[in-house]
Amino acid sequence: MNSVTNILLVGVGGQGILLASEILAESVMLAGFDVKKSEIHGMSQRGGSVVSHVRYGREVFSPTVPEGEGDILFGFELLETARYLPLMKPEGKVIANDLKIQPSAVLSGQLSYPDNLPELIRSRVPDFLLVDGQKLALQAGNPRAANTVLLGAVSKGLDIPQECWFAALEKMVPAKALEINRKAFRMGREL
Amino acid sequence: MKEILSGNEAIARGAFEAGVKVATAYPGTPSTEILENIITYPGIDASWAPNEKVALEVGIGASFGGARALVAMKHVGVNVAADPLFTLSYTGVNGGLVLITADDPEMHSSQNEQDNRNYAKFAKIPLLEPADSRECKEFTKLAFELSEQFDTPVMLRTTTRTSHGKSIVELAEPVTGLPEPKLVRNAAKLVMLPGNARVRHPLVEERSRKLAEYGDSAAINRMELRDQGVGIITSGAPYQYVREALPDASTLKLGMVHPLPAALIREFAAKVEKLYVVEELDPFIEEQVRAMGLVVMGKEILSLCGELSPGIVAKAFAGIGIPVGAIHESPLPTAPPDLPGRPPSMCPGCPHRGVFFALKELGAYVVGDIGCYTLGFLPPLSAMDTCICMGASVGMATGMVKAVPDDEKKKVVGVIGDSTFLHTGINGLMDMVYNQAPATLIILDNRITAMTGRQDNPASGFTLMDTPTNRVDLPLLCKALGVRQVRMVNPFDLAETGSAILEEMNRPEPSVIITDKPCVLIKREGVFQRESLLQVDEDACTGCRACLKIGCPAMEWLPADGKRGKSHIDPLLCTGCDVCRQLCKFGAIGRKK
Repeated sequence: MNSVTNILLVGVGGQGILLASEILAESVMLAGFDVKKSEIHGMSQRGGSVVSHVRYGREVFSPTVPEGEGDILFGFELLETARYLPLMKPEGKVIANDLKIQPSAVLSGQLSYPDNLPELIRSRVPDFLLVDGQKLALQAGNPRAANTVLLGAVSKGLDIPQECWFAALEKMVPAKALEINRKAFRMGREL
Repeated sequence: MKEILSGNEAIARGAFEAGVKVATAYPGTPSTEILENIITYPGIDASWAPNEKVALEVGIGASFGGARALVAMKHVGVNVAADPLFTLSYTGVNGGLVLITADDPEMHSSQNEQDNRNYAKFAKIPLLEPADSRECKEFTKLAFELSEQFDTPVMLRTTTRTSHGKSIVELAEPVTGLPEPKLVRNAAKLVMLPGNARVRHPLVEERSRKLAEYGDSAAINRMELRDQGVGIITSGAPYQYVREALPDASTLKLGMVHPLPAALIREFAAKVEKLYVVEELDPFIEEQVRAMGLVVMGKEILSLCGELSPGIVAKAFAGIGIPVGAIHESPLPTAPPDLPGRPPSMCPGCPHRGVFFALKELGAYVVGDIGCYTLGFLPPLSAMDTCICMGASVGMATGMVKAVPDDEKKKVVGVIGDSTFLHTGINGLMDMVYNQAPATLIILDNRITAMTGRQDNPASGFTLMDTPTNRVDLPLLCKALGVRQVRMVNPFDLAETGSAILEEMNRPEPSVIITDKPCVLIKREGVFQRESLLQVDEDACTGCRACLKIGCPAMEWLPADGKRGKSHIDPLLCTGCDVCRQLCKFGAIGRKK
């Protein structure tokens, strides 16, 4: 009955989460789906925790993913990936970048950054793919294309034709960075 | 053509398609992007106003002059604009006037979560509430038509989820054939002296009656009959949550929330067995439906506080035995325990950081205000004692020194940003001087309205359209208000900043300190300049943690999982502001050669 696909993109303000979620939303619209997207701007831009919800299907009502309905959790950073697990279905899929960004209480030595996050995530949602986005992006030609590598990995599980992804990239990414982003996307899709 | 637009982008598009000529706003989350997007369309005079009251007055002038005018603000901004709004209800309009109120249930970025639907009832004006971006655009256009047809300002209320949520919108061409603006003299309608206002008030009541009648048959109030056992009256984002949680229930989706369509509500109530209202915050619809003599349930099962969600709506109805779409029997994944939080923080190189460090060291009682500097409240700076609303710091500092004993008066320091000072701080400073309250005010002039995402203001020297313009001379303005002690400090020099604040705290008269370093996020060339970076000499670092007391995100403690360690500066984040170097007693921090 519920034919809506629920995707969560999570990370730290300034990591490019909003752009990635725009590319995703544009791709699914081009593939002919209804799509809604939600995130909070404002205080979160100052290095805070960020979550963007993208939902698509024949008809989408709520712009936010109901608790426990997440199909895919797309994590740009490990701590934030762990934080948003309660939005996921237990049988959902987690794809995360192998990156740690220390929050203020860790920077100041008050708290420690958890050292076993990949295991903690996998024990809660077994379908977990950890990606070295930076390394692959460097191979693609630009370390800043890590998000696109991850997006390629996410795209594998979705029923969206590749030409829709490429059309969305063309619309959203500056022309001079397009070729590297296409390459980064393909590398992610082949993981 | 189809595009994915946010609610704010769709309102901007709707304004363009409606033939709006004048648009103005004061930035405020979640409304800010409306004006930032309006400037992408031709033929609209778009501007930032110094506050919401001025914005609405500019809108009223444009409307009286015959143009369609859009004014946008966040929910608390309507408090500032309320004075002209209530009398505008009596005069009505000439060109259509639409006031966007962007409410923030859950307070994602606000100091309260007031429900501005109450303003529509209070000011006796119609209020439309869209539920997604398509409706944001369509309702904006309809609002202008209703404004002219019923001779009334129209409020359009979004909430954070509709403002910042994105969905698919079909674009159209702008309307043509609107009347040309021109000066119109009509004192009986436009001069609200008692004699004229007494004539206008009954017309306002008559207008409300006609608007309710309009609502009974308007397409934006939509009855959707499904299972007639459960009937839910709802509007805005909560409509989406109802459709998600109770896909089989019948709904009466209200696009116009004030005045309510009484006949349509009675018709719906008669068709369903049990009647409910699902709305966020106040029981605005519910109380009026109950006053109609209908049996209805709403806030008995839903909170008066915070946002709703599909899950909250589902749980509420499941709790009274009504079957819902998605409810989970099996346990959901949990977050690992004790994850460190990630609150927002001042940027590396932020000019506010040193000021709050100095205030904390001096034991000042900091009367705060609204802006990025409100983050001075958070640890490790923890240097803010009050925060109420835009501009409040100045008047509150005055009141506090009137109240507290002599030995505590000197501790009181008001802290306010440039944009907030120009918004509603000037009158407070006038009072502080007029009534000789010996408080100290620090104006953190970073030359931008930063927290909402870097908007220009009357002290930045540029307009919304990026055109160079007059830059308010803040020291001269303070002197003109009668402040005898106005001094500029460099907030990156901790000794200079600390001694200036101490001197002014001890001065038994009103005084003003202005900091003069720009926001690090300003992209305009030549404003913010990165200095040569700093680095830690690991051999000299003793691990004393003094440099961590300023909470700079560029300052790392390594290793991240140990109590014993050393400081390290992230070269990608450091701007070379030099504040950390001044805290190191061991000379371990120096500039990179």
